[in-house]
Amino acid sequence: MSDDHLYSPQRLQQAHPGRLRSLRRRHRLDYLFVRFCQATAWCSVAILAFILAAILFQGLPGLDWKFISSAPSATPAEAGIRPALFGSLWVCGVCALLTLPIGVATAIFLEEFKPRERAMRALHGFIQLNISNLAGVPSVVYGIIGLTAFGGMFGLMGGANRPVVQIGAKYYDQFISEGKRILLVPAKNANSPPAPLASGLTAFTLAGERVAVNVIRPGASLPLSQALRNRTLRSTAEAGRISHKAWYYFRFPLGRGVLTGGLTLMLVVLPTVIIASQEALRAVPKSLREASLGIGATPWQTVRNVTLPAATPGIMTGAILAMSRAIGEAAPVLIICGIVYIGSSPGNLMDDFSVMPLQIFNWAARPQSEFHRVAAQGIIVLLAVLLTFNAIAVLIRNRTQRPFS
Amino acid sequence: MSCDPRPASLAAEELSASIHHRSRRRSRRLAHVYDELARAMLLLSATLSISITLAIIVVLFKETYRFFEMQGVTLGGFFGSTKWSPLFSGEIGIWPLVSGTMLVTVVAMLVALPLGLVTAIYLSEYASRRLRSILKPTLEVLAGVPTVVYGYFALTVITPGLKLIHDGFNVFNALSAGLAVGILCLPTVCSLSEDALSAVPRSLRDAGYGLGGTRFDVATRIVVPAALSGLVSAFLLAIARAVGETMIVALAAGATARMTLDPRNEIQTMTGWMVQMALGDASHEGMQYYSMYAVAAVLFAMTMTLTVLGSLVRLRFREAYE
Repeated sequence: MSDDHLYSPQRLQQAHPGRLRSLRRRHRLDYLFVRFCQATAWCSVAILAFILAAILFQGLPGLDWKFISSAPSATPAEAGIRPALFGSLWVCGVCALLTLPIGVATAIFLEEFKPRERAMRALHGFIQLNISNLAGVPSVVYGIIGLTAFGGMFGLMGGANRPVVQIGAKYYDQFISEGKRILLVPAKNANSPPAPLASGLTAFTLAGERVAVNVIRPGASLPLSQALRNRTLRSTAEAGRISHKAWYYFRFPLGRGVLTGGLTLMLVVLPTVIIASQEALRAVPKSLREASLGIGATPWQTVRNVTLPAATPGIMTGAILAMSRAIGEAAPVLIICGIVYIGSSPGNLMDDFSVMPLQIFNWAARPQSEFHRVAAQGIIVLLAVLLTFNAIAVLIRNRTQRPFS
Repeated sequence: MSCDPRPASLAAEELSASIHHRSRRRSRRLAHVYDELARAMLLLSATLSISITLAIIVVLFKETYRFFEMQGVTLGGFFGSTKWSPLFSGEIGIWPLVSGTMLVTVVAMLVALPLGLVTAIYLSEYASRRLRSILKPTLEVLAGVPTVVYGYFALTVITPGLKLIHDGFNVFNALSAGLAVGILCLPTVCSLSEDALSAVPRSLRDAGYGLGGTRFDVATRIVVPAALSGLVSAFLLAIARAVGETMIVALAAGATARMTLDPRNEIQTMTGWMVQMALGDASHEGMQYYSMYAVAAVLFAMTMTLTVLGSLVRLRFREAYE
């Protein structure tokens, strides 16, 4: 600027003595400000690199396949993350199945069916405002709501230990026969009194074979044949009540199982999914809709055949990002499950479960530094899963994004 | 949509007959039935979000009411006392938890607001395309890192670092948790602020440069004031996020509720108390457990006020530039 002939520094100096100094100062300030902004912006990169480096440094040396494939343990060297990994996948799957239809439907309602009547318009605006406010509710509060509303059904139906309805559970009294075999005698439910022992009572072996129980008095001598001995019980034999639950086991109230976790995480990520889907729908050009309506399609046909297919990549991207948020959420799951030892992956929707962030919290909260290293290994696995999710989202975005113009 | 080839010279009555043919009329009527059905389903799922809000309010209100019905619990003690120790002495003044939350939030905002705002200014005003393509994904990754990872980072990296600098830091301290929460909020502040800044029209900037302003002048005197409502709303949302943050404070801030302004001390936040209850320190029937709902109600009221305030600021004080 100052190279210009008319406004050369000398002329400016002659005309306005003080101004040049101020100009130079302003340029200096400007230069410093931009450099300062630049340095600050790089801070975030530095922070991210530092966090990742710290975690990799702590966790990478001990990370192996055994860590991924074994259960948590009291000794740091043997601790693994498999139950939590599968718990995360189960809960996230349930959450996705519940959230996607509801979230996309709400977004369609808000974007594509803007009503004209006054009352409906007010409802419409209220729902929109409500969703942006729900997005700001802390996830720990959702955990409390999930625990009370889904887990205990507001305390109206009795506790989860005495469910009102249950499907897919079989209860047995477990005996150890005189031949040192396990015999299972069917029982009615979790709290029914044990059936009186009598010869001829039906029982099952562990292999599922149906046998008739042979009962002898406490002092009587054992039968000689091993086969008979295997199904022989003394009349004083003590039993333990056990349950076998099928994969479709269901109970009501839901208790603190996978389904409650999935429903609660649905509450957490639903606003995110709705907002992302709305943005994807908004990005579809108006001309496409008008063309469809113009050839006589109803609004719903337009949505189903035109708008929704065009917005699918955007919706999928948003949904996957929301799911990666659900996988990383620990607070609501912590409120629902507490910290209990979970040694196996969930087998049905009502099973107790743990998720990766919760397991990491459990390890990180222990005082021993060996467990901190285990926590770092867990974080690496968690970040790897998240990275996979994000990579899929980017892939979908790049594959299917075509310009609509 | 299939279009069957028809002769170009279709007579008017033939066309009319084909449009108004019975089967067509039925399919059209069916389409309208489907349309109405779909609208009803969509409305139903949209009202679900309202029922979620209702459920939150009902659950918190009902259980909090139950808490205040219990022995030794009074509203005066809850808002009047400055001691919180339901597990031992039964004192239930909420203020130590609130002050702990505030301390962490203030530290977090001292990190997140300046860093986030300056980064946003850089991204929206000066950054080249190449730098944006590095910085934006970095911020997205930072935003996607689970909070428990930040908690771990605070506990195992920030706290030992602080102890190296100064001996007075406790193993659990408010500063370490606050710094981590600040890092967590940084992407939120940054992306919301950047949205607000890039909504300022180019003509205003050009006018500023035309008057001889430097980039500094234009950024601080024109762009930031013009985007102020959006920025304030972004800040409020970030504060709400920091107030409700759970895992970081549960790991790094400790579990001793006390009124203090010293960030070297161990404190407890409202969310920290909820975690402590969930971990099973108290039976699920007692007053201690139900205090969780009362604390949750206060937390919900605080964050809701902040987010509603944020929405209001954005809507009310928005400067429309055309």
